[in-house]
Amino acid sequence: MSARERIAGNVANYVDERTGAAAWMKKNLQKVFPDHWSFMLGEIALYSFLILLLSGTFLTFWFDPSMRHVVYEGSYQPLKDVEMSAAYASTLHISFDVRGGLLMRQIHHWAALIFMAAIVVHLLRVFFTGAFRKPREFNWILGIALLTLGIVEGFLGYSLPDDLLSGTGIRIAHAIIQSIPVVGTYLSFFAFGGAFPGEVFIPRIYIVHVLLLPGIFLALITVHLMLVWYQKHTQYPGPGRTEKNVVGYPLMPVYMAKAGGFFFIVFGITAFLGAVASINAIWLYGPYTPGQISAGSQPDWYMGWLDGLVRMAPPLETHAFGHTIPWNILLPGLILPGIIFTGMALYPFIESWMTGDKREHHLLDRPRNVPNRTALGVMSLTFMLVALINGGNDIIATHFDLTINQIMWFSRIGIIILPPLAFVITKRICLSLQRADRELVLHGKETGRLVMLPHGEFIEIHEELSDAKKFTLTQHEQPKAIALVEEDARGVLNPKGIRAKLQARFSAANAENIAKPTAAEVKELESGHH
Amino acid sequence: MSKELEPLADPGLPEHIHRKADTDPIAAKRAERQVAVLFSLSAFGTLLFIYSYFFIKEDQFIFIPIMGSNNAQQLGIGMGMAMSLLFIGFGAVHWAKTLMPDQEVIAYRHEMRSDDSDRDEFVKAAKEGAEIAGLGRRPLIKRSLAAAAGLAGLPAILLLRDLGPLPGNALNETSWKTGTRLVTDPGDRPIKASDLEVGGVAQVMPELPAGKKRTLENIAKDAVLLIRLRPSEFQLDPERLSWTHEGIIAFSKICSHMGCAVALYEQTTKHLLCPCHQSTFDVTRAAKVIFGPAARPLPQLAITVDADGYLIAKQPFTEAVGPSFWERKS
Amino acid sequence: MKFISKYRRHKLATPLLLLFALFGIGLTFSVASATEAPKAVDAAARSTLIEEGQQIFLKGCSSCHGLNSEGGAVAPSLIGVGAASVDFQVATGRMPMQDMSQQAMRKAPVYNEEEVAALAAYVASLAPGPRAYTNEEITWERDGNTAEGGELFRNNCAMCHNFAGQGGALTQGKYAPTVMGVEPKHIYEALITGPQAMPVFSDKIITPEEKLSIIKWIKAAESEPNLGGAALGRVGPVTEGLLVWTFGLGLLIGIAVWLTAKAR
Repeated sequence: MSARERIAGNVANYVDERTGAAAWMKKNLQKVFPDHWSFMLGEIALYSFLILLLSGTFLTFWFDPSMRHVVYEGSYQPLKDVEMSAAYASTLHISFDVRGGLLMRQIHHWAALIFMAAIVVHLLRVFFTGAFRKPREFNWILGIALLTLGIVEGFLGYSLPDDLLSGTGIRIAHAIIQSIPVVGTYLSFFAFGGAFPGEVFIPRIYIVHVLLLPGIFLALITVHLMLVWYQKHTQYPGPGRTEKNVVGYPLMPVYMAKAGGFFFIVFGITAFLGAVASINAIWLYGPYTPGQISAGSQPDWYMGWLDGLVRMAPPLETHAFGHTIPWNILLPGLILPGIIFTGMALYPFIESWMTGDKREHHLLDRPRNVPNRTALGVMSLTFMLVALINGGNDIIATHFDLTINQIMWFSRIGIIILPPLAFVITKRICLSLQRADRELVLHGKETGRLVMLPHGEFIEIHEELSDAKKFTLTQHEQPKAIALVEEDARGVLNPKGIRAKLQARFSAANAENIAKPTAAEVKELESGHH
Repeated sequence: MSKELEPLADPGLPEHIHRKADTDPIAAKRAERQVAVLFSLSAFGTLLFIYSYFFIKEDQFIFIPIMGSNNAQQLGIGMGMAMSLLFIGFGAVHWAKTLMPDQEVIAYRHEMRSDDSDRDEFVKAAKEGAEIAGLGRRPLIKRSLAAAAGLAGLPAILLLRDLGPLPGNALNETSWKTGTRLVTDPGDRPIKASDLEVGGVAQVMPELPAGKKRTLENIAKDAVLLIRLRPSEFQLDPERLSWTHEGIIAFSKICSHMGCAVALYEQTTKHLLCPCHQSTFDVTRAAKVIFGPAARPLPQLAITVDADGYLIAKQPFTEAVGPSFWERKS
Repeated sequence: MKFISKYRRHKLATPLLLLFALFGIGLTFSVASATEAPKAVDAAARSTLIEEGQQIFLKGCSSCHGLNSEGGAVAPSLIGVGAASVDFQVATGRMPMQDMSQQAMRKAPVYNEEEVAALAAYVASLAPGPRAYTNEEITWERDGNTAEGGELFRNNCAMCHNFAGQGGALTQGKYAPTVMGVEPKHIYEALITGPQAMPVFSDKIITPEEKLSIIKWIKAAESEPNLGGAALGRVGPVTEGLLVWTFGLGLLIGIAVWLTAKAR
């Protein structure tokens, strides 16, 4: 035994005698993980979170979360002797007088933007491949919670420096809180310690941003990952892959090397962005004061859709019995987002009700094979995109020679008619792709090679697909619609009533598919075709 | 299932294709060297970081095409850090891809559902536990526990009462009182009507009593925009017209939608635009909303001149300024 | 031809073709929309500055502004606008207007310095109005205060021109242009004349010293290097989000594809 092996053995023994670690280590070192690039999107989010923790901790060593008024005495000349809050002054100090301070600020902010973007693409991947189905519904809900909390955490984070742009964002948030019926003014006075802007808001959101929410994130992410670990990751369908197995690489050494390496890559790319691209240049914005505003004020992209919804809202306000309810704020700011996020969280249960499918699923769907779900997803994306575009309507107007009025009207009308249009188009595209798959399986791939037959006809040679490919294109299930039982044998009406009718309708829509080729059909063609 | 509906058979995992490095030792050595180069690049990045941190002056700038003139130290430590991290990653991944085994492995899933004997035992244990606790047989304990537990949560909520004062009438009041002078912001200079030209705007604040300092909370309610038009351009009812002075009209600068500062005045159209959500107000019609999500016009401040000819407020605002809230009457 | 048919199914064929098509469209567009070079104007006959100005006016401006500068359906009256307005509008190329769109765009000036001076003298002779300035008398470097200028800019200008002077949108297609790369005298003249949609900032509201400070801050912002890296337009979160979704995520997903691809 070499010296190295002896030392390693002693360490392992020391740990095992106190924790019994060998038992679970032996099983988990060999745990199998399927390998696909689309499974790494959640990892980008996870690693960005770690980067946020590290860079954020660095920033807390210099940041002063206080709204106390100071006069600037640092090195940035255009703000010399300007009155500002200590929070703003300390952020300037980090940017200009701490070596690496600006770099870390930028890494932190870029990581936040990438974190949210990765969560969204990860959500889209999970949604479009049906990975949220039983037994992973709870993990999906955790994911939606992480998305929501991420949006809040990001908003609070970029509001900490108390600059003109983020201060405006807080003003908007304050207006939303204040608009809540009955309790709005009380909530806003409690949150801000009095009238806006007050002296306590920044220190309060600081604790939420560096302690409360990161703590909740750590807990939720841990449970999220433990569920993936325990339930085992899903996999794409293909030869050799079934609902009862996992095909991939073992944790040690391959997965560790690739995943570990990817962490360094994500960190490196984020650091690269922090080095070469300026972000949140707060010294140009100036300190926050409620009497100032900049043209082209937007929140960070993950809140842009909220801003867009608020901009396009109709100017509705009701006055009754001496009280005002500003629907133009409540609808786009609270009610609609509440409905959207609740709907998103409950979607696994909604879909399983629509399809009547209560089985476990570990094989992913190819999006084209579930046209209804795919179309629903594209419809929701279209809604968000129209809202997002409207959030930047003034910047788009100046850069593309349009008017804000045009973009606003486009968004108001577009947000109603474009999503259903997207649904129809997407569903038709999915069905066409299914047709194309069917053709591929039955007739093979076009090779582009033309052959002239003796009697003068030109044909294109088709190459038959491999068995593996044929299997991949046909392994999916095509469920039947739930039959609507209006009355049972004795004439008793279905107690579920209208819900049963709805369910039957939805499941019929879900079952709309192009029949996949069966083994018999393929055999038939093989024998009789050229 | 009938034969016609049977799906195609699963052909099983495809045959494993070996990589060059698996079979050819020269290719393996080459891959090893490539990994080593990548790790060395990382080390170089770390050195770049250290050099930039200690030896590049903070006020040195370097011109890079497309990016413009950038801070050299910031760029140096940033690129150094990026390289040092990135190439460890690239090296590790390249190592895994080319040299570590890439044979696919199969593991088997167990049904999530526990087996029936485990379930029955769990139910039995839970039931026994509940019986022993005796909650079912002792309703007095159950009810008093529920009451205590419910009440115990209250202190947590009540402790939050001192988060802030009650709003009271604060939202309806500003610093503008009858006779308050309008002063420039910044500068705090009182304004005569002749100081403002037709087509001009001025950012104004209420004059503060001597010794008092203006707070941000004051600004958030008191900010006012002064605009001068030709008197003939107004389309106001007689009362609102009496709130103007020689074509000068004053509005609260705090948007009635969500509180941003509305100061984008278009001289040609006489419109005020709020840059936050594009609410547009028509100055000639007392800031009536003509586009966008704002539901109310901006509150107008009645102005006149004092004995010395300086502009003053005729009366406080007749309504609350800023965004709407429940207690707002109109 | 053989080359094309040989490589028509190459995996890079589509992306390269796309790139080529995009480049072609961009090139065609920029050629088609290129503005004409300013025409050489005939040297006016020897006469006083005002008469010279009147001649230029009659030739190049009266068709919209009227033979006596009284204005018309498409253009306002120039009586009383002063030399400052003329110097600003004509020397920045805004006038003569290229097309009757929402507002006059800054572009290459049609008239040279002497012609602008002549026009200014003519318009000033019609009625009293603000006078033109020279860059030398705008002593912003000596008499301005950068920090104070920044405060003034954020209070009075940023709501239209954006926090870094990059410009912003107004209603119905109008816009506040960028204030970067503008001569100090033109900034000063714009402040006092309130061109087009811009309001007038009288000297009692923003004093001449304060105006100099604003100009000093603008010049400082103009020459300020990009301290944190490429500035991405200095317009804030919109371009930052765009960079993340295109370059940032794109690169990371590309690396993920490479990472999970089988090595040769």
